[in-house]
Amino acid sequence: MRALATSFISGIVFSFGLGISGMTRPIKVIGFLDFLGSWDPSLAFVMIGAISIFFVAFRQSRKMVSPLVAARFAIPTRNDLDSQLLLGSALFGVGWGLGGFCPGPAIVSLAAAAPPAAIFTAAMISGMWLHSWSLRARLSEVRDTATVLGTGADA
Amino acid sequence: MSNFTPLSSLIGGILIGLSASAMLLFDGKITGISGIVAGLLRPVRGETAWKTCFIVGLLTGGLLLRLFLPGAFAFGIVRPWPLLVLAGLLVGFGTRLGNGCTSGHGVCGVSRLSARSIVATATFVATGALTVFITNHLTKG
Repeated sequence: MRALATSFISGIVFSFGLGISGMTRPIKVIGFLDFLGSWDPSLAFVMIGAISIFFVAFRQSRKMVSPLVAARFAIPTRNDLDSQLLLGSALFGVGWGLGGFCPGPAIVSLAAAAPPAAIFTAAMISGMWLHSWSLRARLSEVRDTATVLGTGADA
Repeated sequence: MSNFTPLSSLIGGILIGLSASAMLLFDGKITGISGIVAGLLRPVRGETAWKTCFIVGLLTGGLLLRLFLPGAFAFGIVRPWPLLVLAGLLVGFGTRLGNGCTSGHGVCGVSRLSARSIVATATFVATGALTVFITNHLTKG
């Protein structure tokens, strides 16, 4: 129960962070990615703030046997670089630069009931479903769904 | 540089870092939004409740922002809907194929000094920048 309360409160704080930082505004995202035009470096400060805090938290977590209110840590262990990582991240970047939304701000912006955010988020969820469907189609040939689906997530 | 907001961006970033830190230290989870959303599309036993709570938290926070900081949703740039659909499909499919997005790779993974996440983040920032360069400078002149 405490773990679920942490998730709920963290979700609220996360969305405040996205809203205050400018991540929910495509003009800020596209301005940040416009390195060769009128570059707006603001969102670099989002990364600086978030990474410096989480860097310390991660170091702390390494010294702990288990998390405070859950049984164990679920930390990704993969360190191989594969073509799926590169292609997937490349496609994500194109979509991010095109629309100005990444997944977190897209979900948070649903609360604004603004049509652009709703259209983007519906398409994003369709894209995720499409990936899951293509994966399942491929895996049904292998007939080894359980093991492959259960491993390898970074996030 | 006209819209430069280093302080609010830094404060927002710190809140994102605190949220992800609480998820790690209390729940033992990595906060990757694309993975959390996708996880709800394909539920796994024991993984659904916390993901649902986190997403409900995001939406609750969005409603509070709408009340107290409506400027957070001053999008500024709104692409035509066919482009938004294409962008959404690419973000959804790409984050699943690449196992993460700005939060899981960009914040949590880079902080963990994960080679995969550093490469992923460099890749999506590079292709994002290239996309913005093409849409802003080549099509509109």
